[in-house]
Parts: sequence; C-alpha cells; structure tokens
Amino acid sequence: MKAAVITFPGSNCDRDLALALTAAGAEVHRVWHKDSALPEGIDLVGVPGGFSFGDYLRCGAIAAQSPIGAAVRAHAARGGYVLGICNGFQVLTEMALLPGVLMRNAGLKFICKPVGLEVAEAQSAFTAGWGKGDSISLPVAHHDGNYNADAATLDRLEGEGRVAFRYLDNPNGSARDIAGILSENRRVLGMMPHPERAVDPAQGSADGSVLFRSLVAGLVAA
Amino acid sequence: MKARVHIMLKDGVLDPQGEAVRHALGSLGFAGVTGVRQGKLIELDLAATDKTTAEAEVRAMCDRLLANTVIEKYTVEIL
Repeated sequence: MKAAVITFPGSNCDRDLALALTAAGAEVHRVWHKDSALPEGIDLVGVPGGFSFGDYLRCGAIAAQSPIGAAVRAHAARGGYVLGICNGFQVLTEMALLPGVLMRNAGLKFICKPVGLEVAEAQSAFTAGWGKGDSISLPVAHHDGNYNADAATLDRLEGEGRVAFRYLDNPNGSARDIAGILSENRRVLGMMPHPERAVDPAQGSADGSVLFRSLVAGLVAA
Repeated sequence: MKARVHIMLKDGVLDPQGEAVRHALGSLGFAGVTGVRQGKLIELDLAATDKTTAEAEVRAMCDRLLANTVIEKYTVEIL
C-alpha cells in the first residue's frame, strides 16, 4: 500500500503519521504543500494534524486551497482513500470532501488528553479492524473540534452509517458526540482524535495501530 | 478601490466566543448586554475600477475562501 503524507507550513503530526503508516507496513512518500501532483500510484493520502498556516482565517481554510489541494481532490474524486486527522479533518471539511464544520470547542479551551471513543461504524477500510460498538482510547489535542452540521446532514450521516467514531464523554460540544465521519463512498475519513499518537503501548495506548493495520490490509487486498 | 467584508456566524449558529465575551462584560459590571456575536472584518485593496465587477469578484472570494458559508454569512461594501 502506497501512502502520501502531506506537510503544510505548521503541520506537526506529519512525521508521526508517516511513522505510524510505515510501522503498519505502508510505503510512505512525504509530499510538500507546494507540490502540484501526488507521486504515481498512491492509494492513501494522509492529511496530518497541526496548525497549517497558523490557523489563519479559519483552521484548514488556507491549506485547503494550496497547490496540492487540487491533487488531493482529484485523488478523492477517482475513488482514492484520504485520511484527515485533527487539522487534517478541518482541511477536508474546508475542501468540502466531508460535510460540516469544526468550530471552536464549546468550553473555549484547548483540550489535550486521552478520550474514550465508541467505534460507531466498522464498515470501512479504516475501521474494519474493530467491531461496531468497541470502546477505544485515543488522544485529542485541539481548540476547534466542535463538529457541527445542519440537522438534515447529521441525520444523513447517522442514517448512512457514516459516523465512524463518537466520544463517550463529549469534550468539545460536537453535535451528536461525533468524533469522526466518513464520506459517501466511505473512502474519506476525517477524525479529531489522533490514532497516530497511539500506536505503541509506550504512548499510553496502541488502539490507533488498529486503524493503520486495517487500512494497509484492506488496501493491499483491494 | 477598497472593499470591506464583514463575516458573521449565521443566525442560530452558537457563538461560544461571543457568549464568553458577554459573560466577561457582565462580570465587569456592564449590565444589560443581552447578546454578543463576534465576527471578522476584512479590508481589501483592489485593482478593479468598476464597482459592479469589484463586488462580483469579492463575492467570489468570499464563497471560495474568505467565508465558510456552511456556518458564516457575509456582506460586501465597496468603498
């Protein structure tokens, strides 16, 4: 499985994401935001966490318009897989690859701690390694993780089984406890918690490695 | 030509920052502030000389980058 991990100015989880994918068996290529094309034969694009462009204007808004952005959109349009974590999730909503927005946390504070999550949907290459309803622990580290969309969109996400993860104890005010969502074709996942920061027991939890292993296994098989 | 863009959260979208400002004003003793909404003001210097063209261009900028129309609304003033 070939993965590309994008680095924007201000990304700070790009190396962790590349390491987590490599550890799961992926061949990882690092891509700079000014590149206008992805390397040949990429199966998965990883959009990492951090503070791209200093969170200026809105989190993820400027990264979404960067030169590599068009290549990521084209990759998604031809059915490619995309994983956006934290700031990467914000970038994917700003690119309109995922619906809704991530607003300032309801409590206004930056939250940095491990949180309990329910795997709300196992029917995706990202979550196939879990059972629906499994409880896992992953760290969050964000100021703007309060997921919101209009009621019709939220109903649709739930009705189509596109809520991938829910908070067990909602830390940020997200509508319907949503921590991660899938695109209509289930090949784009955006999530606020950081699976790449939980891939080794030394990090406190290795629950995140399940996601990367599922992806590598699923995409190799495909 | 200059343009001024006001961006605000749409009505009905909860503004936790505005709420925090309202609470802070209350604790400073400013009674009677019943609501605070916080937005952005962006000023643009434009090469365009025609007002209609400038406004259309700035609206396109708002739709594509300056505002997130899922939750934000904007107004454009050409000065």
